[in-house]
Order: sequence, then C-alpha cells, then structure tokens
Amino acid sequence: MSDPKIEGYEFKPGYKGMARDTASDQTMFKGVHWGKAMMWIFLLSDTFIFSCFLISYMKGRGSTTVEWPNPSEVFALHVGGVPVPLLLIAIMTFVLITSSGTMALAVKYGYERNRKMCGWLILATALGGLTFVGMQAFEWSKLIHEGVRPWTNPFGAPQFGSFFFMITGFHGTHVSIGVIFLSIYAYKTFAGHYDEGKRGWFTSMKGNYVEIEILGLYWHFVDLVWVFIFAFFYLW
Amino acid sequence: MSEDFNDNKTIQAQSSETISGGGAGVTPDTDYVRPAEVADQDLYHGHSFITKWVFCQDAKVIGVQYFLLATFTGIIGLILSWLMRLQLGFPGAAGFMTAEHYYQFVTMHGMIMVVYFLTALFLGGFGNYLIPLMTGARDMVFPYVNMVSFWMFFIAVGVLLASFFVPGGPTGSGWTLYPPQAILEGTPGSGMGIILMCVSLILFVAGFTMGGLNYLITVLQARTRGMTLMRMPLTVWGIFTATVLAMLAFPALLVSAIMMSLDRILGTSFFMPTILKAGEMLEYGGGSPILFQHLFWFFGHPEVYIVALPAFGIISDLISVHSRKNIFGYRMMVWAIVVIGALSFFVWAHHMYVSGMHPWFGFFFATTTLIIAVPTALKVYNWILTLWRGNIRMNTVMLWCLGFIVTFVNGGITGIFLGNVIVDVPLSDTYFVVAHFHMVMGIAPLMVIMGAVYHWFPLVAGRMLSEKLGKLHFWFTFLGAYSIYFPMHYLGFIGVPRRYFEMYDSPYVTSAVGVNEFISTAAFLVGAAQFILIYNIVVSLRIGKPAGKNPWKANSLEWLTPTVPPEHGNWGDKQPVVHRWPYDYSVPGAKEDFIPQTTPPSEVVDTEVEKT
Repeated sequence: MSDPKIEGYEFKPGYKGMARDTASDQTMFKGVHWGKAMMWIFLLSDTFIFSCFLISYMKGRGSTTVEWPNPSEVFALHVGGVPVPLLLIAIMTFVLITSSGTMALAVKYGYERNRKMCGWLILATALGGLTFVGMQAFEWSKLIHEGVRPWTNPFGAPQFGSFFFMITGFHGTHVSIGVIFLSIYAYKTFAGHYDEGKRGWFTSMKGNYVEIEILGLYWHFVDLVWVFIFAFFYLW
Repeated sequence: MSEDFNDNKTIQAQSSETISGGGAGVTPDTDYVRPAEVADQDLYHGHSFITKWVFCQDAKVIGVQYFLLATFTGIIGLILSWLMRLQLGFPGAAGFMTAEHYYQFVTMHGMIMVVYFLTALFLGGFGNYLIPLMTGARDMVFPYVNMVSFWMFFIAVGVLLASFFVPGGPTGSGWTLYPPQAILEGTPGSGMGIILMCVSLILFVAGFTMGGLNYLITVLQARTRGMTLMRMPLTVWGIFTATVLAMLAFPALLVSAIMMSLDRILGTSFFMPTILKAGEMLEYGGGSPILFQHLFWFFGHPEVYIVALPAFGIISDLISVHSRKNIFGYRMMVWAIVVIGALSFFVWAHHMYVSGMHPWFGFFFATTTLIIAVPTALKVYNWILTLWRGNIRMNTVMLWCLGFIVTFVNGGITGIFLGNVIVDVPLSDTYFVVAHFHMVMGIAPLMVIMGAVYHWFPLVAGRMLSEKLGKLHFWFTFLGAYSIYFPMHYLGFIGVPRRYFEMYDSPYVTSAVGVNEFISTAAFLVGAAQFILIYNIVVSLRIGKPAGKNPWKANSLEWLTPTVPPEHGNWGDKQPVVHRWPYDYSVPGAKEDFIPQTTPPSEVVDTEVEKT
C-alpha cells in the first residue's frame, strides 16, 4: 500500500518514521475519512461484544454437566430421508460470503461513479442478506418445532438452546440492520444522492460514495463474525 | 523526532539552542505550519429554539446537557446516600425504611454514582465541551450522532428512574447485580426492577458508544494545524484514553446485561446454577454465577479508570495553570495514562478474591494490580513536582487540586492493601472497602469535578464563580468527606460488615454506634454543602464578576476563542494554528508568565521555551 498524498507532508521510513507520522498534527491516520475511522473503531468495540458472547458460550459449554447435543445431528437436514449434516448452514454461509463479494464490487463501482452498477450490486448484497436472515428464520422455526427453546431442549444441555438463540439472534440482528441500511443506500445511489452530494435527511451532511465503503466495512465484519459463529456452533 | 529527521522548521527555530543569538534565527519560514489536510468542517447551525438548545448538534451545548442531567441524577444518588446514612447512624429514625428499601437505595446509589453520574459527567460533560475546544476542532466530527448520544442517555436515565415506580421497586441486589440473587424472588426488585436496570444499562452503553466514537475520532482525525499528539493538553489525553477503555469495557457490561435479562425474562440459565428454594427445585440449572462476575468486572475495573483517567488529565492541567509552571514530565504523564489504561484490563479478578479461585490466579491478579501502582505513583510525584517552587495561586481551584492529591493518595494506599489476596480476604465486605473506593473513585474524582467547575465556569458562562462561597464549599466538602470516610477504615478493621441494614445486638455495637452517628452527621453536612455550589452557580450566572477573555491566563486553546463563551463552530472564520504545547508558563525571558499555544515562534525568540 502506498502512502496517501498529503500537501506539505512527507512520510518517513522505518519505525521512527511511523512514530513520527502517527504523532504528527491534524490526523493520526493520514487521508482516512472520518467516517471510515469511526466504523473501524466501532467494529473493534463490536468485536469485544461478540468475543464476550462467544467466550461465555465456551464457558457455558465447557462447564455443563449434561451432555452437549451433537451439532451434526441437530443441524442436519433430511434430503430424501437421508440426513445431510450442515447442509443448510453451508448454503447460508455461501450466500453471506457471496454477498461480501457483491458489496466489495459495489464499492469499486461507486468510486468509479458507475451509479447503476453500484446500485444493483448494493441491492444484490441486500438480497443476499435477506436470504440469509430468511434461512436463519427457517432454521430457528425448525429447531423450535423440534422442541428447542431458550430454556430447554430435548437433545441435552439446556444452555445449547440459550446460547444458540442468543448469539445467532444477535448476529441476525446485525444482518437485518445491515439489510435495512443497504436498502436505503441502494435507493440513495439510484436517486443519485452520492453524485450530487445531496444532504442527508437526518444528519444534513453531504452524500459521498465513501458512505458505501463504510457500510461495506460493516457488512464484511458481519460476515467475518458469522465465520466464527459457524466454527464455534456447527463445527465444534 | 526532530533530531532524527530534522525536517520541522518550526521546531528548529523554537529550540532554545538555535535562537539564543537573540532573534538571529528568524526567517520567513520560522512560523511555517503546513496547510490543513481536511477541508473545513460542514456544520449544521440550529435556527430554532429546538435545534439550538434541545436537539442541538453543538458539542458545547451537548456537554452542558450531559453535565446538567448527570448532576441531576447525582443529586438523586446523594439523597439516597443520606437515607442510607440516616438508617446506619440512627437505626429506625426514618420510619418507612425497611431492609428492602435499604438494599434498593444501596444499589441505586452505587449504579447512579458510578455510571450515570461520574462516567456521564466526565466523558459526556467535560469530553464534549473540552475535546473540540482543546484540540482546535470546530465541533465533534459527527454532531448528529453526538446529539443522539445525549438523548439515548436521557432515555437511559428515564428508564433507570422509572424503576422506582414499578411494582416491587428498583433492584436491591447491590450495584454489582450478582446473580443468582439479583433475579430470585426475595431480593427486592427482582420483578421489574432488575429488568429495567438491565434495559437502562443497555441503552446507556448504546448511547455512550455513539458519543465515544465522536470523542475518539475528533482527537485522532480532527485536530487543528500544528496540534501534534504531544502538544495535546493532558485533559484530552485523559478523556481520550478513558474513552478507549469504555469502548472496550462496556461490551462486557452489555453482554452481561443481555444475558441477565434473558435469565430473568425467558428463564435461560446462563448465570443460574441448580437452585433449591424453600424445598422446591427451581427451573434453573447448569449456569455459572462466576461467569457473570468475570464479565461484570471485566467492565467494572476499567470503569474505575474511565472515571479516574479524565480526572488525572484535568487535574494535571489545573495544577499547571494555577501554579504557573509547566507540568512536570509531560511525556511521562501521557505514557502513565496510557499504561494505566492498558493495565486496567488485566486486573479485574482482584474484585473476586473471595469468590474462590486458584491461588496462582489470585497471585497473577495481585501482581498486575500492584504494578498499576507504579505509573499511578509516578503521576502523583509529578503533580507534586509541578507544584514544587511554582508560583502557586491559592484560589478555589488550587484548593480542590490539593484536596484531590491528598484524597487520592489516601485511597490509593488502601488500594494496595486490598490488592493483596491475604489482606483482602479478611477486609473484603467490610467498611474498609467502602472507605477505599469512596476515597479513590468517589471523593477524589469529585474534587476534580469541583475544581474543573470553578476553573471552566468562566468559559462556559462568561462570569466568575464566587471565591468566598467556593472556599466555604471546599472546606466543608474536604473536611466533611474525611470525617465520613476516615473513620470507616477503622470500622473495617474492627470487622463491621458492609451492606448490613442494621447491627442489632452484635458485639460491634458498642464501638461502632458512636462512629456511625458521627459519620452520618458528617454525611448530612457534606451533602448539604453541595448546595452551596448550586447556589453559587445560580447566583453567579446573574451577578458574577464578568470573566472577560482568559481570566486564568491559561495557554490552552479553549481560552483563545474569538468570543467568550465560544459560539457554534468555536473559532469564527479561521481555526487556530498551534505552535507549542499548552504548558509554557513562567518561561524565562518571556514578557508574560504564559505563552498561549497559538503564539508563533518569531514572537518568543529571546525566551527559553521548551522544544515541543
């Protein structure tokens, strides 16, 4: 990665140069948009939230005296009478990761001022997110149908249901919020708000394509968190 | 860094070695500061009463809003403490007071004071007001989000206070809200009270996150020209580091609040073990109460420093201004703040020694706890060395500063007692602990708040506060606070347990009764003395002496705004350009005993200014 061009400022090499650039006046991260810096720090905080959830889950699972349900049986789908473990989750994960790809493309086309492509790709991302949430709703109802509740389940330790619903629910909320914002941003892109710099309804700040990249950061983060939830719930 | 790269013309001309020739080093480049990287901030200017004073996006107004609401909540906390002391000093004097009420008051007093008063006041109040002004920014970087932050806090306070009026009243499980008792029947407020408490905390964390992102990005990305990290006032360093801690510690509180409410509402068993109640098995089983303690204290200990670090920063500036000397060891002070902040994440289990833990675990946490004493002691030495041979102005602000140092050292030393496992175990759950944390994170930060109010009130209101009333307020508070908490150490040593509603006929009665009466009387007086400040503020707003510009002859940017009090956008047409750190007081050779941060090097060539 090359250093951004800053008028009147020269970057210096090595660790001492890095310390000097970091402690210099005006900005610590040269050329980084305020909103982007904010999103990174928010995501760091959010990482701590998910870490607390997952560590609690590990503690809960590790210390329970009742046997933990076998994930490959509990989460299996029956296709033509044959149980296929992790089938639904594999599709869900695939859809979500794919939506990360469309998001990245949307950012690229946004910066290229290709309004139409950018808008369609954001819409595709939103659709991917919606599909994910839909499949999650299906999985939840399947488990609820089989008798799994937050306080009990027929397969073993009651904490299984508690942690599963809480953590996937918290993640699903993140995805849903993302879908809502993606839809709004898709509308704003098609309407040309980012090209004209139209002022926002709430914040009255000028629109800019960088907003799409900021939302993209959030979206990639939500996908990344899913990978961890996937590993800890379905593969452990 | 300038020695390594030799590229900063400003610094060269400023250094006392190059300019000792008496102005010979001045060239057109001497005052050069490179141009702004970021375009001037686009601000939304309110034009109606609602957008100017209610849903306002100006960080200064938001700061005052935070300050007022936090103070209002704090007064409720104060009244609760009066009721508790009334019961402890004179059992039965308040007829309505039952043991249940007592526990509810203890809980609400603790939670209000720690979270809704101190945290909101330091970060929301002082942070919002001072960060943009001290860094030379026009406003917080996301004014709209900042406004929402305050209103989330408003709702959080509303939900918290609503719990006084629901069936069963507020939760009475102690401010730590330990399960299982927090949500079991028999604990006061185990119905709606605990749910509202959790909801309120969740709202608070959400609102704080919005504000915190603003504080961090403003400090990181929106400083004015010439404002390097090592030219920032320590106040900004303190609030900044505290905000980092908050952003990383509040998640644990959020998670524990969510899990606790699920345990209460849905009947999950995250924290609930198998419980036999009155011969009947409860539905709960298999959860871990200790998990809650870990989550809570992973938040709870950094929380202590979320309150303490802004206090450290503010006090450093106040001492420097009012003893007319540069802060001793500025870089040391900065690094001490950062190191204390980092270490605070590795000490949380010292709150859990009596919960039972592996001896090596306790050993680890005792060690990290005691290591924190090193940077903290360093800060205390530096404050004293700043005062040393300074031109001390013995005004109200300085009195609060000195009061802070004394109180903080006192509370810090008892902290070393409690950080050791074997000393903590017998002292835990006695009044010694109460005395310790009230001294170190109650009274000491409160002294800083008071000092800061007397210091910055002229900026906010344009009028000075009365010195006479200020001194009266100080002596009542300082001596009174010592009368309250010093005897509590003794109560702790003789083994009087905390959180007891009444001592009844226990053997402690004979020696503790008199002390408790004395403490309660002092508590009533100290609490009442706080209304001197409120009176002082109300009166001074109308008839106080006009402050004019920069009444304390301070260097930092907040005093250098074109209008006093500063307007929206802070700086008029042009943002200030910074040439030096904010601590150039009593510089040999300078015309006056202070050189504001915006003074260019060409104007001080004959002086021995620090190279910053």
